[in-house]
Amino acid sequence: MDNSRSNSFLRSREGVLTVVALAVLLAAPLVAQAAGQTYFISLASRVAILALAGVGLNLALGSGGMISFGHAAFFGLGGYVAGAMVFHAQEGGQFLGLLAGTQQALLSWPLALAVAGIAALFIGVISLRTSGVYFIMITLAFAQMFYYLALSFPTYGGEDGMTLYERSTLGGLSVSGDLPFFFVCFGVLLLALLLCSRLTGSRFGAALMTARQNETRLATVGINPFPVKLTGFVISAMITALAGVLLVEQNGFASPSLLSWHRSGEIMIFVILGGVGRLIGPVLGAAVFILLETVIGGYTDRWQLVLGLVLLGIVLFARGGLVGLLAGRARHD
Amino acid sequence: MSAAFLLEQLLNGVQFGVMLFLMSAGLTLVFGVMGLINLAHGSLYMVGAFVCAWVSGATGSFWLGLPAGLAAAAAAGAAVEILVMRRLYDRDHLDQVLATFSLILIFSEGTRWIFGNQPLYLNIPPLLSGVIPLPGDGGYPLYRVAIIAVGIVVAIGLYLLISRTRLGMQIRAGEADREMIGALGVDIKTLYTVVFALGAMLAGAAGALVGALQSVQVGMGESVLILAFVVIVIGGIGSIKGALVAALLVGLVDTLGRAFLPRLLTLVMPASDAGTTGSALASMAIYLVMAAILAWRPKGLFPAHG
Amino acid sequence: MTLRKILLGAAAATTLALVSGAALAEGTKIGMITTLSGSGAGLGIDVRDGFMLAVKQGGGKLGGKAVDVLIEDDAQAPDKAKQIAEKFVKKDEVKVMTGIIWSNLALAVVPGVLKDGVTYVSTNAGPSQLAGEKCDPGYFNVAWQNDNLHEGTGKYVNDAGFKNVFLLAPNYPAGKDAISGFQRYYKGGVAGSLFTKVGQTDYAAEIAAIRDAKPDAIYFFLPGGMGIAFMKQLQQAGLKVPVFGPAFSFDQDVLPAIGDAALGVKNASQWSKDLDNPANKTFVAAFQKEYGRLPSLYASQGYDAAHLIGSALKVADPADAKTFQAAVKKADFASVRGAFVFGPNNHPVQDIYVREVVKEGDVLTNKVIGVAFRNHQDAYVDLCKMQ
Repeated sequence: MDNSRSNSFLRSREGVLTVVALAVLLAAPLVAQAAGQTYFISLASRVAILALAGVGLNLALGSGGMISFGHAAFFGLGGYVAGAMVFHAQEGGQFLGLLAGTQQALLSWPLALAVAGIAALFIGVISLRTSGVYFIMITLAFAQMFYYLALSFPTYGGEDGMTLYERSTLGGLSVSGDLPFFFVCFGVLLLALLLCSRLTGSRFGAALMTARQNETRLATVGINPFPVKLTGFVISAMITALAGVLLVEQNGFASPSLLSWHRSGEIMIFVILGGVGRLIGPVLGAAVFILLETVIGGYTDRWQLVLGLVLLGIVLFARGGLVGLLAGRARHD
Repeated sequence: MSAAFLLEQLLNGVQFGVMLFLMSAGLTLVFGVMGLINLAHGSLYMVGAFVCAWVSGATGSFWLGLPAGLAAAAAAGAAVEILVMRRLYDRDHLDQVLATFSLILIFSEGTRWIFGNQPLYLNIPPLLSGVIPLPGDGGYPLYRVAIIAVGIVVAIGLYLLISRTRLGMQIRAGEADREMIGALGVDIKTLYTVVFALGAMLAGAAGALVGALQSVQVGMGESVLILAFVVIVIGGIGSIKGALVAALLVGLVDTLGRAFLPRLLTLVMPASDAGTTGSALASMAIYLVMAAILAWRPKGLFPAHG
Repeated sequence: MTLRKILLGAAAATTLALVSGAALAEGTKIGMITTLSGSGAGLGIDVRDGFMLAVKQGGGKLGGKAVDVLIEDDAQAPDKAKQIAEKFVKKDEVKVMTGIIWSNLALAVVPGVLKDGVTYVSTNAGPSQLAGEKCDPGYFNVAWQNDNLHEGTGKYVNDAGFKNVFLLAPNYPAGKDAISGFQRYYKGGVAGSLFTKVGQTDYAAEIAAIRDAKPDAIYFFLPGGMGIAFMKQLQQAGLKVPVFGPAFSFDQDVLPAIGDAALGVKNASQWSKDLDNPANKTFVAAFQKEYGRLPSLYASQGYDAAHLIGSALKVADPADAKTFQAAVKKADFASVRGAFVFGPNNHPVQDIYVREVVKEGDVLTNKVIGVAFRNHQDAYVDLCKMQ
């Protein structure tokens, strides 16, 4: 049954769009490499990374209806933990006074995910008591706490942030080159998309979506919505945290701006722009947003004005985001 | 530490709270009546401050600048409602977040385009520039006392407006049941525009009044915006009374936190660490309070809808 | 449908950008990343305008070589700055970069571009790391090391005989550096010190604490809007205590917004518009003519950066990093601040002046009233192991 479901998805317009979008994202850096334009490889990595952050949020927001305005907390936390491990490997000292630093991604990345997951569990337990706008604002409040913490925490540079001179190695593989690093980002994105598609097709996903639409209905069939939503929230946070890890590895730099409320807003924009609850939505959203930002920014200092007008136009005249525009409205709307 | 010092800090907290109340009253009204999340509320605050500063500079009188700032913010609010918000009432919160986030970008860069890149000058009017002596050898700026007075007047005015006037009756009806008031023959479009412009005008008033205390610059609305959201969420969205109580709470917690946390921490750690840790904790304090209150009462202190 | 048009437009624009980028590649490319939007835009715009004034005076050339200055806005975000730097290095193959205003952005960008063989000339940010342990033959600072102006003020306040100063700065690394820089030369007592929230705009609580502590002077470092708010509120509170600070809170970009509250305040700077040397006279007159406003300290730094780069372009090609950097290090240009040489860590060894805010007609501006240091070098030079 799972098979036939995914087959029908692949034959739908949205399925075609998904495959095409991913193929373009994969092909772009290969073409760029051939043309000697290596800058576009790092741009593609960036798209993949920020899309991944959006994929994470999309699980909470699209499937679970949990409008988190604080996913920057997980994005930044993941980035900071991974960054701190590399930092300690460079400069000595221990993470939280317990762990020595390492350049080994197979150790530091899972640690970053674990820390973000624990934070999400804690934040989720408190935040999920609320709903609607209260949930939006309480998640924002937690993100702000982490932001100010990072800003005034001297070990990791406070506002200056920390500079990492080397990328972590993945097992025995070096990912310091642009193309290998892109493949890692793209691979992680693909895995996350598969996971989300599997999750939404599973019993858990059905429960999560029912929890969004009608909590009482879920309760009447004997499922307590709270642990379902909490699980969804934690997984969502960990995916976004992985994006934070990758961005820090790509930039060789971690700073409190990873945690700012603009970042939460930006991740949310990727999701809304692409189409809420649509699998490929965040990928399209992130790609279009970054391209707009880069292209307009190259032309005028007033790029924020133009970007604002374009985004406003999209939200007013293209309901359902880019996926809605290109592949029709979602079935369950 | 003297009693005068404590009194001065309490007044500071109240004054900050009153300013937040002016910001959040409009926000909570718009949410209560139209169910709209408006991230661009801070931009209207900025418009009030810029126009007030510009007109004051051009005419030399704060008393001309202030009404101009209010009018400009109200006009900008009405324009935004008619051009953009109107299309968003039946959308979910997400579309509203994206649209009003775009408006922030447009307003910020638009303002910079019109008024230039440097911060503008706006000072308090000579009439209010004195200092009121406090016991001991302390003193408190008259202008800040005036802001507190304005806040009290606005709070009373809003209370009367909502409980005693026809417009207030429509607003209450709109909060209770949005479809119903259309059926009752109320011109809903005009009502929404008026409510939105009123909220914008209050934000503009806050901006103009505060502009004389600080720097009138692009981006000034953003930090205030987040605080205003904190306030309306703590108070219970849609509740003016809640906004007033929560604004004072946030104002006091923030001010007293900044004033006393670093001192308190010197009791348990070396002075150099206490300064930075205390300051870090003080900047987190209001968010801690908010999380605690929502964990305890998930719909805020004064839930407006049951 | 609108959206499709937008996407098509974006695609067309990208193609155009690629083509035009290739077509214009005649002069030596200089990449300028600076802050041109948001609340810190004033600083970046002054750096850019100062720099471009020098280019314009040279008829599109610096040091006799045609230059093509690529300018992009970093919106004061480290991540965005990093992204632009990557574009400059990889797509445009830029070998000289400049323009960053903020230390945290410089720390995000500079180590990376140095690895790619770029020569970086800092027009403003001077974090201690890059002056000390992480100094580099490819990194030059044409403005100051971050602590310099704080040290200058500290020296002046100390020499003026103040004994009980209250210290105020934001709770971030530059704020802590400011306090330690000040105290490196100020040896008197401290009435109290407070670290404020970054971006804070209301200082009533702090001003009450200052009143309570009864200091004989206040030293504060609050850049941008923070300083404007603090100065106004201090005056409104009727607190009559002498105030000192670095030039950032009292320069031409913020003075009009502070108003008369700034009159008489003494501040330390490496430059002032009334410094008496021919280069400065030309600069101030030309800047005023070109842009219709008085130049700020940041504009002077942008202008100097352009001339410094020009002096090296005259004798070397930036693609040959070693020769080019040796030429930059000679600092063979007429700085608007008078004498200018680089120390062993590529940071300036320069005079630090004390200025006072005065009114010339209706305009608030600064006047030099003394010298805090002659040939002052930063405190981190010994940590720099560069040969």
